[in-house]
This record gives sequence, structure tokens and C-alpha cells, in this order.
Amino acid sequence: MIGGLLSKRETMTSDQPSSPSETEISVVESAPKRRDVLASVTVGLGCAGACALAYPFLDSLNGTRGENAAEDDTIEVDLSAIAPGQQVIVKWRGWPVFVQRRTPDMLAALRAPGLDQRLRDPASTIMQQPKDAANWHRSVVPEIGVYVGICTHLGCVPNYDPPSTADTSGHYACPCHGSQFDAAGRAFKDAPAPYNLPVPPVTMLTPNRVQIGKSKGDPGFDIANIQQI
Amino acid sequence: MTERPTHEAGWLEKRLPIVSVFRREYVDFPMPRNLNSLWSFGAFAMVALGLLVLSGIFLAINYTPTMADAFASIETIDRRVASGWLVRAIHMGGVSMLFATLYVHMGRSLYYGSYKTPRELIWLTGTGLLAMVMITAFAGYILPWGQMSYWGATVVINAVNAVPGIGHPLASWLLGGDGLGDVALHRFYVLHFVTAFSILGVIALHVASIHVSGSNNPTGVDPQGPDDTVPFHPYYTSKDGLGICLFLAVYAVLIFFLPNLLTLSDNYVMANPVVTPKDITPEWYFAPFYAILRAVPSRLGGLVLAAGSIAVLFAVPWLDRSPVRSARYRPLLKIALPVLFFSFFMLGMAGMHAPTAPWLWVSRLCVAYWYAYFLIMLPLLPKIEKTYPVPVALQGQN
Repeated sequence: MIGGLLSKRETMTSDQPSSPSETEISVVESAPKRRDVLASVTVGLGCAGACALAYPFLDSLNGTRGENAAEDDTIEVDLSAIAPGQQVIVKWRGWPVFVQRRTPDMLAALRAPGLDQRLRDPASTIMQQPKDAANWHRSVVPEIGVYVGICTHLGCVPNYDPPSTADTSGHYACPCHGSQFDAAGRAFKDAPAPYNLPVPPVTMLTPNRVQIGKSKGDPGFDIANIQQI
Repeated sequence: MTERPTHEAGWLEKRLPIVSVFRREYVDFPMPRNLNSLWSFGAFAMVALGLLVLSGIFLAINYTPTMADAFASIETIDRRVASGWLVRAIHMGGVSMLFATLYVHMGRSLYYGSYKTPRELIWLTGTGLLAMVMITAFAGYILPWGQMSYWGATVVINAVNAVPGIGHPLASWLLGGDGLGDVALHRFYVLHFVTAFSILGVIALHVASIHVSGSNNPTGVDPQGPDDTVPFHPYYTSKDGLGICLFLAVYAVLIFFLPNLLTLSDNYVMANPVVTPKDITPEWYFAPFYAILRAVPSRLGGLVLAAGSIAVLFAVPWLDRSPVRSARYRPLLKIALPVLFFSFFMLGMAGMHAPTAPWLWVSRLCVAYWYAYFLIMLPLLPKIEKTYPVPVALQGQN
């Protein structure tokens, strides 16, 4: 465009056409083009300015920066009061977190033959947990399970069905759309939830005390990077 | 322009002729050919107001109108909300830019007689807009709930309370009780954006009446024909456009290089109802009126003078009896009016200083001149003034 502008300017200034009518034609041809360039540049710069102006406003919608860095968002949970087969719900980062103590029957049920075929991701290959929980029991130690209690379908809190005499495995059922998870938070295939329940970063401080928010086995883990919360 | 299709029988055109109306009022609209750059200040005011409304909406998203959280939410906006500091700087700088623009805009109207018939309504809506902008600015200044917010609000509410008769119920409606507390803060928050959006409505009236009577011009003489006018586009779109670029450049310097020039550090201390800051100074744009408030040793007297200094503006189209619009052809007004502008400036200076010996007398002298100009000079000058001959046409008058 600019090259065209320059060549037109040269035509207008340096060329010496023989007859007046030729001069007229060259001016008439070049004038609107030159003005078009100016108009386009003006509109273009105006749009660039509008975009630059829009940036801080849209950026401010992203909310506060550094909120999590400034505050210690780890919590500790005392496990001594949780009987085998029970779970408690604690709040971490505003999310409900299930902390369960498993019975030997529940652990056995997690490895029951034929179960894997009914699960979407039995081996925890999808990034929904820190590395130290990517195992058959999806937790740091087999007896204690810790899961973010948010259904991966559309975000409701699943209900816990504790092990009973009829069914000793224990599992989760979401009240909203019937998603099903086993006691290790693994999603069943015949229900809508696409992913296993997220595992938060967990460190066992003592056998009866767990810290949620920091993972000793996977220090680089950030819950914000998982497939879906 | 000859290339443009004259026939506009589109689907939209038949139902809602916004395209042709826009073309008539903003593209082909005949403007006097001799407008100087002072005529761009109306456009500047629109730009400043637009940015204020836009940034205000984005501030409102993060602001909390409660005594406990207001101050902290402003600090959060400044320090932790992504680009929040910039959004707030645009809002705070915008107020100063808007007031500066409005004062120049009104000064231009006074100088070139733009308030005279048939443009009285433009002047009335414009002066009304000034009053509304002042109310909005006052309400907005309370929202950060800093020391200056709190004590500024306290003083103004007590001033309203001091008005005989209506003062007490008015203050009670504003505060919803006795004290300046949560209820009052919430109301000022609502008042702030209700007046702000009302301003947009009144601007529509202001601009619509300009499009009926047409713009005044530096000669004050009506355009006599097509030779005296040029179409709005591209002549004044490019002129206003260039002006807006310069205006935005000044605005940007204020935001990015001088963010603390026009703010008071006391307002970054949270409101404390038991300690008044050592020295209370108003924002610069209220300083002239603040000086008038303190000019007389009487509470009611100061209030009446300060409110009256704006009220008298509404009467200007009827106070000025001269048939000649522009001060260019009025030798006496050409001296008297710049003195009025100087008085306004000096009142502003006085408002920023303690009301003691020299400044108190400066403010008294200036407020006396303010009233003398409007109530004595405007009606009586035409009786003694020998005006210069006004031109017949605008051509060659730039």
C-alpha cells in the first residue's frame, strides 16, 4: 500500500505530462487512492487504540492476582475420629473434600475382578491426581482416601454410600444426573461423569494426621492444571 | 459525495431510519465553516464521560459499598485486581479531565454568546449537566471511604442540614437515619451511578437541541447560506478527531506519569469518625465553590453564595441583554469576561489554601466580582457598550 502511495506521489510531482488533460487524469486517479490510504490507516490505528483501551477492562474481569500466593491455603485433618468405612467432608479452597477411612473390604472391592472393565479410567491415566495418587487406590496410603467432592459431570456434590452388609464396597452417587464413582472416586462407564473425582495434593503428616494442599510425593502438582475440577 | 446513493430504501430504512438520520445529523450536517478548536471541547467531554462510565462499570464489579469493606475493596482494585490500578486511574483521571473540559466548554459559551437565543435550552441543559456532574463527583468521592471521603461527606451533609426548612428532611432522605454509615454509603453508591446514567439522558437532550438550532460560531453570526457552512464529515470529524488525540495524550500523561498529582494522600487512610485530617482541601474542581463557601463568616451565607454562584448561571441567557452574541464585537465584555475567568481561577487557588489573610480577601473580592458580572454587568453593559460592526457572512472570518 505504501509503495503504491509513493509511486503515485512521484507521478504527481516529478512526471511532466505533455498535455494538460494527462495531468488531470493522473491527479484524478491518484487522489482518491491516497485518501483511501489515509482513511484506512486512521481507522486501523483507531481500532488498535480501541483494542489497547479494551485490554485493562477485560483483564480486570480476570479477578484478583496473587491471592493464593499470599495466603497459606493448606489445612490439616485429624483422622483419629474417622471410623473405618466413614468419611468426613472438609472445606479446602472453598471446595468440599471427602476424607474417608477404608475398611479391608473396601480395599478388596477396589481390586475386584471385572471392576476395571466398568470404569472409564481405572488406572488413573488422565491427570486428575498428583503422581503419588496415580495408583490402584488413588491415594497416598491405601487406608485413607481424599477426593475433591465435585462431580466431573456438572459440578454437584456426590453422596457417599458407606459400606453396608449388602454392599461392602462403598461408592458415590451424584444426586443431579446419576453419575457413579467407586470408593476411590473412579467414574463408572454407564453414567455421565467423564473423569474420575480429582485428588487434591495430600501429605500424610502422621498416620492419623493428613495435610491437604501440599503434596510431598509430587511437590510440583497444581490442582489448577488437572483435566477437570 | 456525489457518488453517494440518494435512494435509501433498505429493509431497515423503511422501519427505522437510523442510517439516514445519522447521515443527516453527523455526516452531511452543515456546520459553520469558522469554528475554532474551542468547539472541540464538547467532543472531549463526551470522550471523558464515556471513559468514566466504562471504567465505572468495571470498578463497580469489584467494589463493595459497606463501611467494613469499601476501603479494602478499593485497595484490592488498586493492588490485586488484574489491571485494576489502570481502570481506577482512568476513572480518577477522567473526573479531572471532564471538569477541566466542562469549564473550558462553558467559558467558550460565555465568550461567544452561545447561550443566547435560540440556544437557551442548550445552555440550560448544559448548566444542569454541570450540576449533575458535581453531584455525581461528590457521591463518587465518598465511595472509597477514606478520610477525605468521610470528612468531605460530613461537611456537605451538615451543610445540607443547615438549609432552613428543607435541609433536615433532605439530609435524612440522603442518610436514611442520623449518621454517616452503611445505609448512607450504600445510598451514595446508588446515587453515584443513577446520576451518572441520568447525565447520559440529559446529554441526549443537550445534543438534540444543538442539532435543532445549529452550532454557534466565533462571530456569533448565523451562517447565511451554503458558502458559510461545511459538512460535519470530514471537516469536523477530522478536526475533533485530532483534538481528541491530543486530549487523550494529556489524559494519558495524567494517568501514567502523574497519577498522584490530583489525589490527596489522606484519602488513602481509612475513614475514622473520631479524627479529622489536619488539612482538608477539596478536589481542585470543587475548590472555587469551596472558597465561596468560606468567604463569608456565616454558615447559611456561605451556602447561599456557593449554591447561588451556580444557580445564577441558569439565568444567564436572560441576564445578558446585548443583541450581539460574540465578545469579539463587544469591547467592554471582552475585558469583563476574562476578568471573570481570572476570578474563577483565583477562587480555585483560594480554595486550595487556608482561609487566612491574603486568600480570604482574594476569595471575597472574586466572589463579589462573580456576582457583579452576572447580575450587574451582563444586564447593564449593553446600555453603555458601543459594539463593533458584526460581519454579514462567515467566509473569511476564521
